[in-house]
Amino acid sequence: MTNHWIDVKNADVILVMGGNPASNHPISMKWIMKAREKGAKLIVVDPRFTQTAAKADIYAQIRSGTDIAFLGGMIKYIIDNNLYFKEYVINYTDAPFIVKEDFKMPGELDGLYSGYDEKTRKYDKATWSFQMDENGLPKRDNSLKDPRSVFQLLKKHYSRYTIDKVSEVTGTPKEKLLQVYKTYASTGKPNRVGTELYAMGWTQHTVGTQNIRAMSIIQLLLGNIGMAGGGINALRGESNVQGATDYGVLFHILTGYNPTPSASLVDLKSYIEKFTPKTKETRSVNWWSNRPKYITSYLKAIYGSKATEENDYCYSYLPKLDDGMNASWLNLFDNMYKGKFEGFFAWGQNPACSSANANKVRKALAKLKWMVNVNLWENETSTFWKGPEMNPKDIETEVFMLPCSASMEKEGSISNSGRLAQWRYKAVEPYGQSLPDAEIMNELYYRVKRLYQKEGGKFPDPIINLTWDYGEKDKDGKVKHLDIHAVAKEINGYYLEDVYDKKVDPPKLIGKKGELINGFPNLQADGTTSCGNWLYCGSYAHVDGKIVNKMAKRGKDDPTGLGLFPNWAWSWPLNRRVIYNRASVDPKGNPWDPNRAIIKWNPTKINPATNKPGMWEGDIPDGPAPPLADEKAGKLPFIMKPLGVASLFGAGLADGPFPEHYEPLECPLQENPFSKKQRINPTIKLFYSKEGGLQEDIFLSCDVRFPYVCSTYRVTEHWQTGVMTRHTPWLLELQPQLFVEISKELAAEKNIKTGDKVIVSSARGKVWAIANVTDRLKPFKVMNSTIHQVGLPYHYGWKFPVDGSGGDTANLLTPTVGDPNTMIPESKAFMVNIEKA
Amino acid sequence: MDVSRRDFLKITGGTAIAGAVGISIEAKDANAAAGLRTKDAKVTTTVCPYCSVGCSILVHTKDGKVINTEGDAESPINEGALCPKGASLYELANNPYRLKTPLYRAPGASEWKEVEWDWALDQIARRIKDTRDRTFKATSKIKVKEKGPDGKDVEVEKEFVVNRTDGIAHVGSAALDNEECYLIQKLTRSWGLVWIEHQARI
Repeated sequence: MTNHWIDVKNADVILVMGGNPASNHPISMKWIMKAREKGAKLIVVDPRFTQTAAKADIYAQIRSGTDIAFLGGMIKYIIDNNLYFKEYVINYTDAPFIVKEDFKMPGELDGLYSGYDEKTRKYDKATWSFQMDENGLPKRDNSLKDPRSVFQLLKKHYSRYTIDKVSEVTGTPKEKLLQVYKTYASTGKPNRVGTELYAMGWTQHTVGTQNIRAMSIIQLLLGNIGMAGGGINALRGESNVQGATDYGVLFHILTGYNPTPSASLVDLKSYIEKFTPKTKETRSVNWWSNRPKYITSYLKAIYGSKATEENDYCYSYLPKLDDGMNASWLNLFDNMYKGKFEGFFAWGQNPACSSANANKVRKALAKLKWMVNVNLWENETSTFWKGPEMNPKDIETEVFMLPCSASMEKEGSISNSGRLAQWRYKAVEPYGQSLPDAEIMNELYYRVKRLYQKEGGKFPDPIINLTWDYGEKDKDGKVKHLDIHAVAKEINGYYLEDVYDKKVDPPKLIGKKGELINGFPNLQADGTTSCGNWLYCGSYAHVDGKIVNKMAKRGKDDPTGLGLFPNWAWSWPLNRRVIYNRASVDPKGNPWDPNRAIIKWNPTKINPATNKPGMWEGDIPDGPAPPLADEKAGKLPFIMKPLGVASLFGAGLADGPFPEHYEPLECPLQENPFSKKQRINPTIKLFYSKEGGLQEDIFLSCDVRFPYVCSTYRVTEHWQTGVMTRHTPWLLELQPQLFVEISKELAAEKNIKTGDKVIVSSARGKVWAIANVTDRLKPFKVMNSTIHQVGLPYHYGWKFPVDGSGGDTANLLTPTVGDPNTMIPESKAFMVNIEKA
Repeated sequence: MDVSRRDFLKITGGTAIAGAVGISIEAKDANAAAGLRTKDAKVTTTVCPYCSVGCSILVHTKDGKVINTEGDAESPINEGALCPKGASLYELANNPYRLKTPLYRAPGASEWKEVEWDWALDQIARRIKDTRDRTFKATSKIKVKEKGPDGKDVEVEKEFVVNRTDGIAHVGSAALDNEECYLIQKLTRSWGLVWIEHQARI
């Protein structure tokens, strides 16, 4: 989230598209309804009339997988009707920049951008860039009239997204589209703000990243980013999926979004060179210029005194990917299926149900030599060898099932969608013999290290030299009980020497050796600071000589009245509650909307840090520099971008600088109505094709055997694969088994009634489900044909309830294909058939 | 918690509307109602382990047992309200289906066997070391672009240090605390793993 949950109350218009908060983030409805009480409009766009839709002012039905068409039409509407926030767009985005002459768009190249290579299914992005002036800055036209300006190209690109075309593709009636566009575009005025809430309904598509970019473009055109009540807000699906991402439990990032190193980056210097952007824009903060401080402090945190300047801070200890190697989820299980792994940890996850194309995953698990599963319960992953179509005798996989403790049996922090890290306390001792996950890690750390110490082995250095100073040690050197506070402090970081600000004369002491650092601006690149995750630097810090765990704070003051609650827990970065907040003020630092001032510049107030007049008030600003209009020191608002402005033109994406509509891998149309040659996203990895691939990965588009569009989703009473909630009797009783929602029209065609047992099948698998015939789904009119869509939740599994009464996971149906930028699987749009069982 | 099943259904609504708006029990009334049961109980706060809203929950314990859980009225995020999942935390704390001991399944076996922690951890450590030593890749040959004698880019194959373990993959978890997420990425990377993923990818 750019903003946070409570902030939704500050919005004038709330667009829920790609999510269903009433079912999946129920308490967030409190803040949506609070906004509505004050007159805000709630718009819900969804294939299904959801519980959120039941509370909406406007509900628009959309065919799964056509969000870019829907939003492209909105971009066209905003530009055609001159409803964008011109001052914001000119000053804070790349709209005025001039793009290279040889850059070509899908309207010119039948669905492709310039630079496409059919063989590699990748773009050469050389033409996707700006024309530069003599100072090394993009040429610009502040009138936005130059035909090569980003703004004019955007206008040209979306001129193809006419209301008729959009309606034909999405199945949304024209008048409904116009109603949504008009209402949402009303937030383009300085004193009106709109927010967008999305979840997996946007990410789980082969155009997932571009769905979100399309909305980001809208939010920038309307000046809604950085504002209280604005932003673009991912409703994350798990209590700590935000934290697990911040902490780099992913193949492509270390902690704090520092990229994982690849082979050709042979030393820390080349890593830093590659990932530290440079800019000629003097008004840009270019925050990633601090990368050397963050990566060096990370290496100091994990390798301590062993990491020295002479040995490149143990950079060689970090495992390296081959250049271009993608070790993400679908590839991981593809490799497992092909027998490339001996060992596997499924730690707090149940991929046998949660993964797209779960059948393939279940078969892949049988190829392992050994697996460790850590969970509170037995589950479909740990017990796959007993599952449907499995013969245990033939399965050689050794399985270790380790019981871990529940959240109230241990201490630590989790980060919610709004980047808010909140501390949890231990209420009771762990159940049975279960251990907190951290204790299991402590045991494995020690035992593997001991083996290497005794026996030697391949490159033991990274194992033996890892820091693990988390509490009192026994006579063998093992940490007896892992002190989670010691971990939190290591993450926050320490001054390893007395650190001085050498820019002032005489140098001023910033921090004393051994103290906890109070924020990442004080991190150093010379090995004098350690920090496990720079984003969380300041979360557990020395404040006025005292150590304070800010994540445990429970202060209730709300000085702005906007619901920031700055003393309730702690949010990254630096306790900032709304990121990009410098875009909420004009270049002079005055709020665009004084009634919703998230920050404002007070030119007369003496700033204690500089002892000079002029400081920001309100939320923690995105950097302390004076506002843009200050000729000497003013800074642009988008501090993470090298040019200081937000990108309408997304040159970094795999599939194009502007979002373009492509059909899902499996869809009901023979052709993409926007570009005949490119039905699907041309840059997705195809695991299966006519030429080859695994049968497990088969997909069948526009095939009479699988005529209905299908989406998976969730219900309030269950959570993810249901391991936690199926074992909770109260919840299981409320939602006991798999159901499939079917429109009355389709049910009549198929002679299916509510309560009938039906078989839902796709090219890859089938599940039984109980039919739920409903008005919540309606047939669509798409390209003059009638299209039916059905949907089912994916919370069930064969293992529990033990009598099989719950059914199995809907992920037995979903395809093996991912978004080209993120590789998130396309579980929200695929094709199925339904027959009575 | 002595809430009967019927009461629970009443509280959570069990249907769309209550699920949608959460339960808005007046904080004081809730405490009063719970007064007898929670008298002299220890109270700790926790954050709901389900979705990402971050609702605060009070956990009442007596004699080392969770006897009640309820929404924390102090939290500015949920103001005491909880959805059906959050409201059922009590059943997570008192759950008969949970695993009590480590289990082991031998190759070809058709049942689990209960095992000691010490044995299981030693066995796992042994598997990690053996697989790591067997599949460790110190260097990798990779095609990279370099400037040729004529100044143009040419593709050449070079050998680079990669120091990674190709034979072990890891997934999880968004169900861990931040500190545990930090430890797991630190630990698995020290073993040389690069196939590291979690729920964010799916």
